[in-house]
Amino acid sequence: MTVVAPDAQPTGAGPHGVAQQRGLFDAAILRRAALDALGKVVDLRVQVKNPVMFVVFIGTIVALVEAIAHPGVFTWSITIWLALTVWFANFAEAMAEGRGKAQADTLRKMRTTTEARRLGADGVEERVLASSLAKGDVVVCEAGDVIPSDGEVVEGVASVDESAVTGESAPVIRESGGDRSAVTGGTMVLSDRIVVTITAEPGHTFIDRMIGLVEGANRQKTPNEIALTILLAVLTIVFLPVVVSLEPFGRFSGAAVSVVVLVALLVCLIPTTIGALLSAIGIAGMDRLVQRNVLAMSGRAVEAAGDVQTLLLDKTGTITLGNRMASRFIGVGGHAEQAVAEASQLASLADETPEGRSIVVLAKERFALRQRDLGEHTFVPFSATTRMSGIDVDGRQVRKGAAESVKAWVVEQGGTVPPELDGVVSGIARSGATPLVVADGPEVLGAIELKDVVKQGIREKFAEMRQMGIRTVMITGDNPLTAAAIAQEAGVDDFLAEATPERKMELIRAEQAGGKLVAMTGDGTNDAPALAQADVGVAMNSGTTAAKEAGNMVDLDSNPTKLIDVVEIGKQLLITRGSLTTFSIANDVAKYFAIIPALFVATYPQLGALNIMRLHSPQSAVLSAVIFNALVIVALIPLALRGVKFRPSSSASILRRNVFIYGLGGIITPFVFIKLIDLALVALHAY
Amino acid sequence: MGFFWTIVTLVVALALAWRFLGSYMAAVFDGRVRWMAWAERPFYRLLGTSPDAEQSWKRYAGALLVFSVVSLLFTYLVLRLQGSLPLNPQHLPGVAPGLAWNTSVSFVTNTNWQNYGGETTLSYLSQMTLVVQQFVSPAVGIAVAIVLVRGFTRRDASTVGNFWVDVTRCLLYILLPIAFVAGIVYVGQGGVQTLAGPAHIRDALNGVTQTIARGPIAFMESIKQLGTNGGGFLNANAATPFENPTGLTNWLSIFLLLCIPFSLTYTFGKMAGSRRQGAALLAAMAIIFGVWVGFTSVAEHQPNPAVAAAGLPSQPTGNMVGKEVRFGDTSSALFGVASTQTSTGSANAAYDSFTPLGGFGLLSGMMLGEETPGGTGSGLYTILLFAIVAVFIGGLMIGRTPEYLGKKIQAREVKLAGLGILVMPIVVLVLTGIAVSVHAGRVAPLNAGPHGFSEILYAFTSQANNNGSAFAGLSGNTAFYNVLGGLAMLFGRFAVIVPVLALAGALGTKEVVPAGLGTFRTDNPMFVGLVIGSILLVGALTFFPALSLGPIVEQLSHGRFFG
Repeated sequence: MTVVAPDAQPTGAGPHGVAQQRGLFDAAILRRAALDALGKVVDLRVQVKNPVMFVVFIGTIVALVEAIAHPGVFTWSITIWLALTVWFANFAEAMAEGRGKAQADTLRKMRTTTEARRLGADGVEERVLASSLAKGDVVVCEAGDVIPSDGEVVEGVASVDESAVTGESAPVIRESGGDRSAVTGGTMVLSDRIVVTITAEPGHTFIDRMIGLVEGANRQKTPNEIALTILLAVLTIVFLPVVVSLEPFGRFSGAAVSVVVLVALLVCLIPTTIGALLSAIGIAGMDRLVQRNVLAMSGRAVEAAGDVQTLLLDKTGTITLGNRMASRFIGVGGHAEQAVAEASQLASLADETPEGRSIVVLAKERFALRQRDLGEHTFVPFSATTRMSGIDVDGRQVRKGAAESVKAWVVEQGGTVPPELDGVVSGIARSGATPLVVADGPEVLGAIELKDVVKQGIREKFAEMRQMGIRTVMITGDNPLTAAAIAQEAGVDDFLAEATPERKMELIRAEQAGGKLVAMTGDGTNDAPALAQADVGVAMNSGTTAAKEAGNMVDLDSNPTKLIDVVEIGKQLLITRGSLTTFSIANDVAKYFAIIPALFVATYPQLGALNIMRLHSPQSAVLSAVIFNALVIVALIPLALRGVKFRPSSSASILRRNVFIYGLGGIITPFVFIKLIDLALVALHAY
Repeated sequence: MGFFWTIVTLVVALALAWRFLGSYMAAVFDGRVRWMAWAERPFYRLLGTSPDAEQSWKRYAGALLVFSVVSLLFTYLVLRLQGSLPLNPQHLPGVAPGLAWNTSVSFVTNTNWQNYGGETTLSYLSQMTLVVQQFVSPAVGIAVAIVLVRGFTRRDASTVGNFWVDVTRCLLYILLPIAFVAGIVYVGQGGVQTLAGPAHIRDALNGVTQTIARGPIAFMESIKQLGTNGGGFLNANAATPFENPTGLTNWLSIFLLLCIPFSLTYTFGKMAGSRRQGAALLAAMAIIFGVWVGFTSVAEHQPNPAVAAAGLPSQPTGNMVGKEVRFGDTSSALFGVASTQTSTGSANAAYDSFTPLGGFGLLSGMMLGEETPGGTGSGLYTILLFAIVAVFIGGLMIGRTPEYLGKKIQAREVKLAGLGILVMPIVVLVLTGIAVSVHAGRVAPLNAGPHGFSEILYAFTSQANNNGSAFAGLSGNTAFYNVLGGLAMLFGRFAVIVPVLALAGALGTKEVVPAGLGTFRTDNPMFVGLVIGSILLVGALTFFPALSLGPIVEQLSHGRFFG
């Protein structure tokens, strides 16, 4: 549990939930992977799927037959190392799957086996097993109950602890109607009572899907993975005649070439490094998303994320802090600004939300109002139904809250609402800020303006995106003036003001018509069509079932900023594939210089000139190349699982860097290590 | 004119051709050039087609294959029946079936591998029938290249062009006019052009009658070079004064065989709407070509090691064995590299007598796959296959699913490009493997050991690449080599063309992704480097073992790599 993926970011989950930060090389995972790999090796169905490793597999069998027919230290050494090569490849895949499997086990344990309280058509409650619930059943959940399956709240409001799924310990509000009506099976109701209509068939709940996803049970090859597999197959096929023709070429030249050496040469030449690691890279890419609490419904979506050229970002929560900050007090009905500040401060003393704290801070800044010792007092906490909070102190009842709620409350207290209040409130709203109304008993004192604050560092992030060729578009319901101001401040490339789901959809279609790939986040049911239309649609876990089903990813943290991480992970996945392919092919140069002179030096001593590594003997040269070829797979497993380091910058500089490291490095590295292995073999008196 | 000035003037002339011939060819295939429309129309009426009747890639490929099969049969019949046909002043008998098969395949595939001596085997009518193929086979190659370019530039299109129209326009507007003008230059310089039959000269002094072969040579020479064909009228090809009379015609020959393959990159850039895209491919071609010219010229400027071993270590004029004194060492090397890397295969020297390293230069140049600059059309479409591979791997390395000119490179494109690249090495290695294993193959080379191996390897490399250049030293006119060589040429040509057309079809149907900052650039030095890297790496990885048993070990036998 100590090794944390280097790319893990603070946006990741806490210590609970799905995305437990399990180390990449957890001892338990290693043990399990080692065994799983053995199982894969003997399973022909697994082997056939990977053309490159299948050739190694067949080659190993050929070498084994040769070794049995003509036993010798050399032939057996080669055979064993070829077998290890096959095992290492399967080990890499098993390692990549390991973390997912461990998470799936945790989820399975969590899967509820409790009873559910099903409501019959006649309204009578009946206790049934959660696993027997069918789609359309209606159940009741009260404080302390575990929600038995996925569903939609049809009645009531409740706070729900979703930490089992998201790892986030703060409870969330789930209520009927609107965009916060979806509940997930396995989460727990903390307060109140809700009635839920089940929306999932047994075995197809969100948790079941999560288990399938993290386990990679029905993992399909992604389009780009298929294309790369084809390229690797081409590179494998071309080396078959190269190696096979060496037999007649050798005979013509008077050199007898042993079958084992030819098999060794073939295995060294075909791109085994990338062939062995390809599926591990794909699985690890999905896993990296899971580590950040994003579930991708398909690998295709992860790949598409790397290609995204337009990001649609919701303003609130993504570009601006979801929490608005108090920026102004406005008195109405003759009340001074200071009076509003004083009452607001009182009403916010117990309010631990960022908005509440920002009110206290603003009051202190503007009028030097400090926290006071209060006499007898009761705090009135915010609730989803009243939509107000405040304090009862010294006979005063101070409240702040949504304009409509406070107005209704004042009228209830027998007061009147000053006529200019509506103007002030709508003025604040028009400027893109949020108004809160403050009242002291039946008296409306004034309003607080809560303004959006652009997130720190977001501007730099967008500049990086621009460098990578990604256009950022801010989506907001604000009027164009406000939107323009915030867009300018945040540094986005474009904005869509007064956005409606229809206009969002139009924007996506327009971008796609130009051939661009679009990514967006959304949570509401009315976002669903757009989420489905976008190439990468990240649904917030807090959103509706419709939204979650329309998108191709779900963010368990419901943090829209993560869209940017998703894009980076997609790019990283493709870069890792490309870089290791380049590395794998570049390796061949050194292997030729090791094996070709070894093959023919007995016939043509002049070819010893090509033995530029000065390897000890022909046999040690061939064996060193084979050992290097096997060990390099193991050495690169961590890179395959973590992904190539990705720093957002222009495509030209990324390319230059990767060509340098993996192309040039790929040519030089094997020269060094094959020589070292050869020295080690000599030192061990193997030769 | 010294070697230096030959190079300088060639570069200038080729640069002009690149710019103007390149843009002219784009205009021809876009249908914007009409000055021969009067001649086009009867053709279309005859073929029952029109420029508006576009074909899908499958129909295009079908038309191309039908056309090639008919050409093959026609040529075969003329060769077989030449004894009973007119224009046969020497009364030569019909060509034997094996040789007729090999020769007709050779000319239909733009290879021009010659297992015969022209003046002693073929009638004038047969030679002229071959000239017909020297015109149409490059036209076919250019048409395929244009179709691939259309695949990149069209969007959402189900058709790729019309085969008959493309070939007709290529012949009428490009090949015929240039070959005609160049032919006049050859004649003017002393190239022979006559139907009068061979000259018989009585040498009274020695009491013998000499027969001097003549024929319609000069005009064949111009299309032989322009169409990167390479098959000359006479056995000694461009080494003879009748084909290549002067230094000027030697220069013109090199220019002609390079001009269309290089210029097509401009055509590509022009049609793709970005000259830089074409310039990038040109740069990749020119850099490899330049390096090979330098390497081979230096190799040939060394003393011939065998001559040195025989007691003549000082050879100030370089290796002159098998070379014309009037062309010299480096200029012959330049001609050789130009001829092998353009899939022309004509010769003004005996390549078999090059130093091992010089021979390595020619052989390895072909092994790269004939795209630097390659044959007429085939060079462009082959380098585009390598560019697709480079784009695929390079694109991944910047974190995008790759695209080239806005077209996504996906599984289908990779498969077809891979197929197109695979064909040549497989054909060469498999057939060479067979040839060195069976008696009929092993007895053919003149030399034993590595050089004999090189001779067999060279033969199949040349034929599978549709080059036609011969290392000589190999008795190729046997049933075994005629049949196998014919197969090598057929596969080397059509097993590449069909995937290329399919690729064009697949690309044409795709939408264009707009380029942005995050797009993988295909018009900058980095991309040029990647394309060069892919070409060299694929070539080296596939042929290094074979080369090490041929020219490499031969050169090492002389002690060092360079004199």
